[in-house]
Amino acid sequence: MAIEKFSTVTSTCIPLPIENVDTDQIIPARFLKATTKEGFGDNLFRDWRYDEQDQPKSNFVLNDPTYSGQILVGGKNFGSGSSREHAAWAIAGYGIRVVVSSFFADIFKGNSLNNGVLPVQVSEEFLAKIFKAIEADPKTTITVDLPEQSITLDTTEDSEKFEINGYKKNCMLNGYDDIDYLLSNKDKIEEWEKTSFY
Amino acid sequence: MAKTLFDKIWDAHAVTEVTDGPTQLYIDRQFAHEVTSPQAFNGIRERGLGVMRPSKTTATPDHNIPTWNQNQPISDPISKFQVETLTKNCEEFGITLYGLGNKKNGIVHVVGPENGYTLPGMTIVCGDSHTSTHGAFGTIAFGIGTSEVEMVLASQCILQPRPKTMLINIDGELGDAVASKDVILYIISQLSTGGGTGHFVEFAGSAITSLSMEARMTLCNMSIEMGARGGLIAPDQTTFDYIEGREFAPKGEDWDKALAYWDTLKTDEDAEFDKVFNFDAADIEPMITYGTNPGMGVGITGSIPSLSDIDEAGQATFKKSMDYMGFQPGDQMVGKKIDFVFVGSCTNGRIEDLRTFCSFIKGKKKAEHVTAWIVPGSRQVEKQAREEGLIEILTEAGFVMRQPGCSACLAMNDDKIPAGKYSVSTSNRNFEGRQGPGARTLLASVLTAGAAAITGEVTDPRTMMESAEPALV
Repeated sequence: MAIEKFSTVTSTCIPLPIENVDTDQIIPARFLKATTKEGFGDNLFRDWRYDEQDQPKSNFVLNDPTYSGQILVGGKNFGSGSSREHAAWAIAGYGIRVVVSSFFADIFKGNSLNNGVLPVQVSEEFLAKIFKAIEADPKTTITVDLPEQSITLDTTEDSEKFEINGYKKNCMLNGYDDIDYLLSNKDKIEEWEKTSFY
Repeated sequence: MAKTLFDKIWDAHAVTEVTDGPTQLYIDRQFAHEVTSPQAFNGIRERGLGVMRPSKTTATPDHNIPTWNQNQPISDPISKFQVETLTKNCEEFGITLYGLGNKKNGIVHVVGPENGYTLPGMTIVCGDSHTSTHGAFGTIAFGIGTSEVEMVLASQCILQPRPKTMLINIDGELGDAVASKDVILYIISQLSTGGGTGHFVEFAGSAITSLSMEARMTLCNMSIEMGARGGLIAPDQTTFDYIEGREFAPKGEDWDKALAYWDTLKTDEDAEFDKVFNFDAADIEPMITYGTNPGMGVGITGSIPSLSDIDEAGQATFKKSMDYMGFQPGDQMVGKKIDFVFVGSCTNGRIEDLRTFCSFIKGKKKAEHVTAWIVPGSRQVEKQAREEGLIEILTEAGFVMRQPGCSACLAMNDDKIPAGKYSVSTSNRNFEGRQGPGARTLLASVLTAGAAAITGEVTDPRTMMESAEPALV
């Protein structure tokens, strides 16, 4: 199952300056009943986005027409908690290609990469700079360049490098997923099994 | 070179290393449930693949099932379809399923250990972050996403970047009414909810080795709540005694062979960890959380931090959390009125938890205004509770035991705490809306939950105990 290829994204941003955004907020458990991957974007941040009568909460960023774009910028420790990949499906389904934070939870990071959403980890200082720039001008754009592994605030040309392992980078650039790789090693798997204790 | 226990198990399961990338890790056991597996089965079907080693995956529905009238069809058609989809997928691919009503059904992390599926030295995964529970047996066990479930179905392997190692050492004796739940809530409060990210933790020290297997599972279960990839404890006689005789545990000659192997599963004396933390068991008191992540916890006699205790960058998040909880910075926790008590989940839904709860509430009466949900972790736990007379103790004190499932831990089914209500919960997460939209969760041990259920407010369980003795779990 190929994932969408990723090279460079230039976009305005959706700022969410909250720390420890957990996957229960990204997609609450009661929306995990589907048996396919479609439709989760509609319920992205459901309980922050809608009130009990399912009316949009005007003070939440996704309901504020000032902000839009393919880049979500979150506070530190983004994606903590449950391993639900539905969180990555909700983010991808909403049309977001990049999540920027100063710190990501491990499982969320892996799930994002497996769905063509690039988690970009920046320094605390750079994150603060991004939030400030968006606050000053919501039309601020950021360019995320995967081949160069760089993230740039386009107006000021402030830039930082980000890390991604070479294997995952290659997968994102070419739209490969892991199963193709794993199965290409079938003989090694079977060889390993001969030595297995269990 | 000297190795940590984690390194030994990881290295033994590395099929190959990807250049400038992750390890291809062989998985000895996968557990599956209804919520995070359907898209993975769809994936292998669409690729025209089969399940490479069906005998190495075991499935049970738990997240999205009712905990009442389980003998009747599930009333919510979407939930019913999800549970039926698991059944169909298991039938199609030849995977063992303990379906609703099966005597081995229950929460996946309770079912695995109690049937002897979970064995020292294994690599174990499940599409559930609390897979870390199985680390209590000296395994590398961690939660994965659905794409990774698909990888394991297709190839019995997973691609994982190698985590760093962390040692958390706790020496000394635990105080009265201090359970392993308090130990882990204390550790998370010290290291924060992201303090373990990127690491695999080994728990060691005299306060750990003296814990029962159930208590060790509670501890490892919540290692994910500090962001750790997982947590493990070196297997010892307590581990072997727990496993011996369980249905899928090795028997006879195989048992002897297994014991010889399991004996090697310990960290070498001069092995180095990337990070080491030491704690003193005497510093830990019964804990309770006051905020919206598991790191926001204090000793039960303590108070919520004041705003000036929080670093400036975190103040907005802290205020948001206080607003949600309806608490003020600086508030004392003891005496706060509560509405619900939930005893259960993969954290505290085992037989020892129910025994502890029952021995505490025996002869007392539940506070009238409190709604209590006592939910066993599995059918076997339920059966055992019945056989041991725990149901009678519960009934006499005004409690009802429900049927097994994840229940109000994540409130996917009807077991939802209403908006604005306070729930003292033995589960693992106090995130906003975790126990239902608007629900306010206070995480605590089984004893602290028991104390709250009786008095109807946050109460130090030590003030209610006739004889001062350490908690079982």
